[in-house]
Amino acid sequence: MPSLSEIQTRFVTAIRDRDLPPPEDIVGRGGEAPERRFGIYRNNVHVSLVEALMGSYPVVQRLVGEEFFRGMARVYVGKALPRTPVLIRYGDDFADFIEDFEPARELGYLPDVARLEWAWNLAYHAADRDPVAPQALAAIPPERTGDLVFDLHPSLQIVSSPWPVQAIWETNTNDAEVRPVDLTSGGGDVLVLRPAYDVELRLLPSGGAAFIGALGDGLRLGEAYERAIAASADFDLAANLQGLIASGGIAGFGLADPVAGLDDPNAGTPDINNNGE
Amino acid sequence: MTATAQTAKQSTPAFAEAPIPARAGVGLKAQHYRTILEDEPDIGWFEVHPENYMGAGGPPHRYLSEIRERYPLSLHGVGLSIGDDRPLDEAHLQRLKMLVERYKPGLFSEHLAWSTHDEGYLNDLLPLPYTEETLARVCEHVDQVQDMVGRRMLFENPSTYVRFAETDMGEVDFIAELARRTGCGLLFDVNNVYVQATNHGFSAEDYIDAFPVEHVGEIHLAGHARETDDLGKPLLIDAHDREVDRIVWDLYARAISRAGPVPTLIEWDANVPEWPVLFTEAMRAEEVMRAACGRVAPAVREDERALAV
Repeated sequence: MPSLSEIQTRFVTAIRDRDLPPPEDIVGRGGEAPERRFGIYRNNVHVSLVEALMGSYPVVQRLVGEEFFRGMARVYVGKALPRTPVLIRYGDDFADFIEDFEPARELGYLPDVARLEWAWNLAYHAADRDPVAPQALAAIPPERTGDLVFDLHPSLQIVSSPWPVQAIWETNTNDAEVRPVDLTSGGGDVLVLRPAYDVELRLLPSGGAAFIGALGDGLRLGEAYERAIAASADFDLAANLQGLIASGGIAGFGLADPVAGLDDPNAGTPDINNNGE
Repeated sequence: MTATAQTAKQSTPAFAEAPIPARAGVGLKAQHYRTILEDEPDIGWFEVHPENYMGAGGPPHRYLSEIRERYPLSLHGVGLSIGDDRPLDEAHLQRLKMLVERYKPGLFSEHLAWSTHDEGYLNDLLPLPYTEETLARVCEHVDQVQDMVGRRMLFENPSTYVRFAETDMGEVDFIAELARRTGCGLLFDVNNVYVQATNHGFSAEDYIDAFPVEHVGEIHLAGHARETDDLGKPLLIDAHDREVDRIVWDLYARAISRAGPVPTLIEWDANVPEWPVLFTEAMRAEEVMRAACGRVAPAVREDERALAV
């Protein structure tokens, strides 16, 4: 008699390969070939996973239509089953898959829209933290601001794209009738954040992504400023930092020990209170 | 680096123990969160799939916590794959344990099925061959998870569409032996009994009369879809997408007459209706329970009401 392990391997192999007949040890009511009965399992597995992807990627679905989406998702499911029973984590590389999916190649913006939707999902389910209040940094002595280090909010992510993915996302999420989006209007860096109940999307100013990325790497404010200026010469520190705090992107902060041996004691001390006006 | 100025550590609320009363409950769906919190309907309890609350935070946990503050909660897992020949997923066990500790559910149940293989998670409750080898493996896994989570669990009789040639044991015998060897409780799904009886050609009444009701800690009721098999005969699908079938109500009365008053859940997971429809199904279950047993957990409810006043 085959072992439980062999029985289960045969069962899964036949579920995954639609061209195979049902396993030989599967019986229905009598001696019939239980194609339809076994088909219920094939169908349950694949349709339920396609529908899990529909739940995570509603904007992609709206853009391509349900029929196309189901076909595309069915190919994805055929390649990659979930790695855990936690389906909110299923589809993390769907954007990469779409990028290589030949029938969707003309829709150049589609993979980045999928990336934005996945970031939205991650933010939605991320750990809850209360953001710091906008005035929380007021107590930091001005000469120490360059040594500030930050805990970014656990839900914070940045999706960068040459396409106007935020505008595409907004109209396909909020409007019964989709507004036209000018695909040549340019892209940018979209900040994805859930400070409380709702996930919020915001287009970052110039250099903002490099700045927040550096803070996320644990760099001091002074070092993050250097990196942001290198990425974008017109980077505005005060506007970016205040914007980040105001949108709830900072969950905690502290002061790193002063850097020893700095030639210029003011090098790491940018003025964060200059509001640029 | 110095400590962060604001730790902002989210405090997890500690819930008081809340046993599930022998009343009707319903499967909690996201579209009903607000209605439930605003109207606070007089319903005995709610049940959720823990897999839907395995993110770190966010609105699902906030709503579930608010509902758990007001109602007893049952966790009903779908992803443990207890019937798998392979070892259980340790990471998943840890996640279950964390949710049990966080929400202190009155009941914690899973399925007699498997759902994971080398390739990954199949997201369906797959059938098992009933053999001594399978029974030994399932018992080993049930022991492991009950030890790990530190409490008794309930396991649910399945609905299946095929049988295995290797099976040499009856389903009820298999389940009774599982309960005897591991000390686990049973979740008696009466719709599944009718689905099984129809799909495999046996008497649902005989199954109910033979079921080891002394181990039953919860009953499930749900609607099923009707298709046909390869011979053109009826094949019922455990779809949870409509009202409970008339025949299943009768079978429920038979089961509850044997088991006595038991927490009873209406499962409705697809084509989910407006709240009042679901609530009406739950109230019908309480009527059937009252008619069959003469009571619906009077002691617990009266006490709770007295305390609430």
